[in-house]
Amino acid sequence: MALVLTEEQVMLRESAAGLLADRAGVAQLRALRDAGDELGFSREVWQDIAAMGWPGIAIPEAYDGLGYGYTGLGLVLEQAGRHLSPSPLQSSVLVGTTAVHALGTEAQKQALLPSLAAGELLVSLALQEGVQHAPEQTAMAAVPAGDGYTLTGDKILVLDALAADRFVVIARTSGSAGDTEGLTAFLVPADAAGLTVERRSLVDSRGVGALHFDGVQVPADGVMGEPGRAWAGLGRTLDIANIGLAAELLGLATEAFERTVAYLQERKQFGKVIGSFQGLQHRAAELFAELELARSIVLQALQAIDADDPELPKLASAAKAKLCEVAQRATNEGIQMHGGIGMTDEYEIGFFIKRARVAQHCFGDYNYHLDRFARLSGF
Amino acid sequence: MSKLEQFRAETRAWLEDNCPPTMREPIRSFEDLYTGGRNPEIKHPDQQLWCERMAARGWTVPHWPREYGGGGLDKEECKVLREEMERINARRPLESFGISMLGPALLQFGNEEQKLEHLPPICRGEIRWCQGYSEPNAGSDLASLQTRAEDHGDHYIINGQKVWTSYADKADWIFCLVRTDNSGSKHEGISFVLFDMASPGVSTRPIRLISGSSPFCETFFDNVKAWKRNRVGEEGKGWAIAKYLLTHEREMISGFGAAPKKSLGEAALETLGADASGRLGNGILRHTIAQYQLDALAFAATMSRVGDEAKAGQGLGAASSIFKYYGTELNKRRNELNLAIGGEAALGWDGEVYHGGATSRDWLRSKGNSIEGGTSEVQLNIIAKRVLGLPD
Repeated sequence: MALVLTEEQVMLRESAAGLLADRAGVAQLRALRDAGDELGFSREVWQDIAAMGWPGIAIPEAYDGLGYGYTGLGLVLEQAGRHLSPSPLQSSVLVGTTAVHALGTEAQKQALLPSLAAGELLVSLALQEGVQHAPEQTAMAAVPAGDGYTLTGDKILVLDALAADRFVVIARTSGSAGDTEGLTAFLVPADAAGLTVERRSLVDSRGVGALHFDGVQVPADGVMGEPGRAWAGLGRTLDIANIGLAAELLGLATEAFERTVAYLQERKQFGKVIGSFQGLQHRAAELFAELELARSIVLQALQAIDADDPELPKLASAAKAKLCEVAQRATNEGIQMHGGIGMTDEYEIGFFIKRARVAQHCFGDYNYHLDRFARLSGF
Repeated sequence: MSKLEQFRAETRAWLEDNCPPTMREPIRSFEDLYTGGRNPEIKHPDQQLWCERMAARGWTVPHWPREYGGGGLDKEECKVLREEMERINARRPLESFGISMLGPALLQFGNEEQKLEHLPPICRGEIRWCQGYSEPNAGSDLASLQTRAEDHGDHYIINGQKVWTSYADKADWIFCLVRTDNSGSKHEGISFVLFDMASPGVSTRPIRLISGSSPFCETFFDNVKAWKRNRVGEEGKGWAIAKYLLTHEREMISGFGAAPKKSLGEAALETLGADASGRLGNGILRHTIAQYQLDALAFAATMSRVGDEAKAGQGLGAASSIFKYYGTELNKRRNELNLAIGGEAALGWDGEVYHGGATSRDWLRSKGNSIEGGTSEVQLNIIAKRVLGLPD
């Protein structure tokens, strides 16, 4: 596949840029933060996004989606990264929907994917238990009860937890922490008896929460796929999630970089525009080259999803690791090159570094994915 | 059978019949590459035979027009030929600056007479070319070159010195940047001229590098006569051609950054062994190798993307500068890792046991990649100014 965008994809990118800049930019994120908004995004804006059809971009037409593939969704996520748009595009459209598609039974897919495609239903993944991403270490117990299971334990870093209608919960039905066998996915409604959803406040001001399961009953039709065999579907979900986050980080890092270069062109010290200093020019030029590499690996990884490339796991870790590295550098340089004003809350560059670190951490950071990349490369 | 399939079948049959078995063996050193010329360096007689057979079909330079000695093949056919050659591990019959550098410039800027005179001997491997660009005081600042060409009616008289002239001691002709006018800005008044290295007044001296002997030379011109009909483009307008070729050269040098078949990580695992979990034992080294491989992968993806975008009529500004900068830095990182992985064996300088010091010499030679063809710092200046629009 040519590593180039089609005309249709370019149009999608432009329309995403327009709507998100206008309705879900940094100013809106700041307003939500300052208002202490419970959800962390605006339902009204979400309806506008849903009206554009974006929630269904990657959902096959058989389930009322647009069947447009993940490359298209990646372009929208890149724009969401540029504008730091708070919305369930990551939690539900990217991760939750992919989890339903990769892990769900046919009946579950038919029941959920059409309303996910319409943006009427929000599904979020409940996976992480410790401070680091370590999916095989999942310990939360699911004990057989009647024709279903009982869930007991805790999950953290559940994206848009307060807005989600359902959760895809990863729990252990056999084996012990560290085993990839024995993991099972469950579909749990947000209002299930025994489930408590607690809002948590992270540095990026996005909606995120912790779930407490106190003997939550899941009937047989809430079990996703064959018990104990969730690892493959979970792996695919995480690969796609990480590539989507890499696309978001690409937009974020590019925007932070462009704002920084614009500042270098206007800020004067010692009687000169600071962008004329070679010490800054070379750092900016190196970062530009890194961003070009980042763009290439993200596009290659997105296309690998749509092409069912067997190298997908390796490319997912490559894309996430590279984008963690580049986004970290772009946001750090962003603060440093802005100088004192970059440290103020009033100036917007700080929002970029905050969101970057959370997106970097979600589903595995640089250290996790570079290690996985090396392992999948045979060393 | 489609026309292309028929071409493939014919090509396959012809290659089977005509490519000598010795020319299907892997290339082990630079001497295995055939570079042609009046006094060709021949390691094996089949090199000449193979070149002659391919040249007769125009396949030493398959994409050039037939009237200039090329094969007149279109993109698809070139791809088929390349694939069929790869299938039997056939070596490329001829490598030369004539093919990679001068030819493209002549096709773009030369007049019909020049093309007809100079391109066919390049295709046949009869004339070997060298490039006269850098001077002792014109390296990164190439446009300040001072080799003078004085106007003598139908010819110039050239005086001056070039440096870093690859294979000047072996080449038959030179394409050379000379100053025909000193009155304007330094970018004006440069002309692009071709002349015979056997002309009276030309002398060369090889340069020894930190990596040992090298193809580089110092080249001296003492009242050398060059015909004006061998000036490419207008007088004083040679800088445009020089820049065109520099872009070309950068892309060639950055190609060194492409990852080899066996990954460094796997090579390290073979040499140094794995820990209980199957990972490379030294975690710090493993991390450095992983960083390198990740960047090499992303770099390869960027080469493909920019190529695909160019085909789609989109362009990345200063792409060759990004490639030159990043590709050569990557190559240096790879060579440092080769040294780290190889340990004592990689530090060998001479002798059979060290394969003639191949690893250490490659490592030392790679230091020049980010200097030649425009230093990394010059590439960063170009990106900062032309792409990012940062001021002087």
